[in-house]
Amino acid sequence: MRGDSLRGYLFVSPWVVGFLFLTAGPMAYSLYLSFTSSSMFSPPRWVGLENYRSILTEDPLTWKSLWNTFFYTVFSVPLCVALALALALLLDTRVRFMRAFRTVFFVPSVTNVVAVSVLWLWVFHPEAGLLNTVLGRFGIEGPLWLQSEVWAKPALVLMSLWGVGGMMVIFLAALQSVPRELHEAALIDGASATRRFFSITLPMISPALLFNLIVGMIGALQVFTQAFVMTGSVQPGSEGGPNNATLFFVLYLYKKAFQEFRMGYASALAWVLFVLIVGLTVLALRVAKRRVFYLGGEER
Amino acid sequence: MSGSTAGEGTVVRRLARIALTYVALVSLSCVFLLPVAWMLSSSLHDAASVFEQPFRWVPIPPRWETYARAVTVFPFGRSLLNTLAVAVPYTVGMVVSSALVAYGFARLRFPARDFLFSVCLATMMLPGQVTMIPLYMLFSRLGWVDTFLPLIIPGFFGSPFSIFLLRQFFLTIPTDCDEAALLDGAGRLRVFWSVVLPQAKPALVTVALFAFIGSWNDFFGPLIYLNSPERATLTLGLNMMKTQIVGAGTVEWNTLMAASLLVMLPNVILFFAAQKHFIRGIAAGSFVS
Repeated sequence: MRGDSLRGYLFVSPWVVGFLFLTAGPMAYSLYLSFTSSSMFSPPRWVGLENYRSILTEDPLTWKSLWNTFFYTVFSVPLCVALALALALLLDTRVRFMRAFRTVFFVPSVTNVVAVSVLWLWVFHPEAGLLNTVLGRFGIEGPLWLQSEVWAKPALVLMSLWGVGGMMVIFLAALQSVPRELHEAALIDGASATRRFFSITLPMISPALLFNLIVGMIGALQVFTQAFVMTGSVQPGSEGGPNNATLFFVLYLYKKAFQEFRMGYASALAWVLFVLIVGLTVLALRVAKRRVFYLGGEER
Repeated sequence: MSGSTAGEGTVVRRLARIALTYVALVSLSCVFLLPVAWMLSSSLHDAASVFEQPFRWVPIPPRWETYARAVTVFPFGRSLLNTLAVAVPYTVGMVVSSALVAYGFARLRFPARDFLFSVCLATMMLPGQVTMIPLYMLFSRLGWVDTFLPLIIPGFFGSPFSIFLLRQFFLTIPTDCDEAALLDGAGRLRVFWSVVLPQAKPALVTVALFAFIGSWNDFFGPLIYLNSPERATLTLGLNMMKTQIVGAGTVEWNTLMAASLLVMLPNVILFFAAQKHFIRGIAAGSFVS
């Protein structure tokens, strides 16, 4: 048996080594760095809570980037979840060509974000872009989108809807595991479609809903590539859109770390984000626990 | 679905609902496909005619030479080779290491196993920003900046997603064959390699696919680690090309669209070749919770 234990540790050792040297160690070091003033080229100097103080009370761009990130998350995630659920419900009605439809909705989400960003950069072109061309057909004069301080974030939210395929597949899998008998029994009892949706479907897929919301939220809080590719102009360092309208938190962090090389400050930013993500996830799970329990109690 | 006692009213209502479902699906499909159609059409225009109003959806004659220009402005061949030079070893490392670890978690008994596995799962949601800066410093201390190593080597330590997916799959494989082989005197490694792995092919393909696509689509890694243009991967190269073209006054949107389409194409092909693995992998990921 002792041999078995040793073999067990040997088998899992790649992950353990990776965890120690690529996750836990760097995390600890990054926490240490966040209390220092450190550039790439000089040894870290201990400054205590100075970085955090500066981030929270002095630096206007932290709050700006936090606000941008919240705006994006608050609009993008619920809209994506709603669209994904709607698409999954449509596909779950045993339509013909279901696979073809599923492919159309899913493929954009597995393509390359940089290529997708370049495409949407052109879609959002104020004069010749697809979006304003289509809006023009309806007599609407479209905004400047990415070049407008007001419309740059909504543009990125709109673009995020194109990538709901992954969420949709998760909903579809959950929907297909809802026992048919439940719906049949409800039909016999004369329940309307709306009633069946809220009393059977929604409770049964609530774990998938929770998963999509949380994973969507974590992803949205870390939004980076779209903003970097689409709102950076030609000079490096100018990413962030008109008047920093699309300076998202991770983009700001990237600039501090890899353009200004302020590694201590950037590490503190990373820990602010980490605490934020963990806090919001725990909060979401708390709220959901009551909800899922309540709904679960009803269907049981 | 509805009972056999359904009256005429319900039949009409059902037909109406089916018709509405199709109308909704077809119109939503059009909305999803429109940007791609427009991209394709733009790529076959010349640099000036993409701006013409109204837009000609079918450019006559189609300018295929845009693609020739795209692959020269953006050194497509070299970037493709660079991407493969990263993605292939990364994927191999990921599959092998994750399978070993998953086998350990699924089949062997050792102290703190379940604790370690839950730690492994917990790291799945960890935002990469908290490790990114020390890792950059580590890799730069090792002299790995501007090489492919920082993008490849982390793959050799497994990822929580792959380990989880493979472990779940290994648990569904009956242990009878393992035990028979062990009684015959085969070592654990041999059982793993010649008994368990051949039965786990579908899960291995799913893991390989996700590792490959993840590496292929990665932008942040190449952005911080690769400086020389000749080492740029496809994503980095495409972004550099965008910067260069947008900075050059008259923007050649046709060339940009051709290049973006070329970068997207392999993903689409891979999706069609391995559709069920994609669907399974994504669904499996959501069962973690």
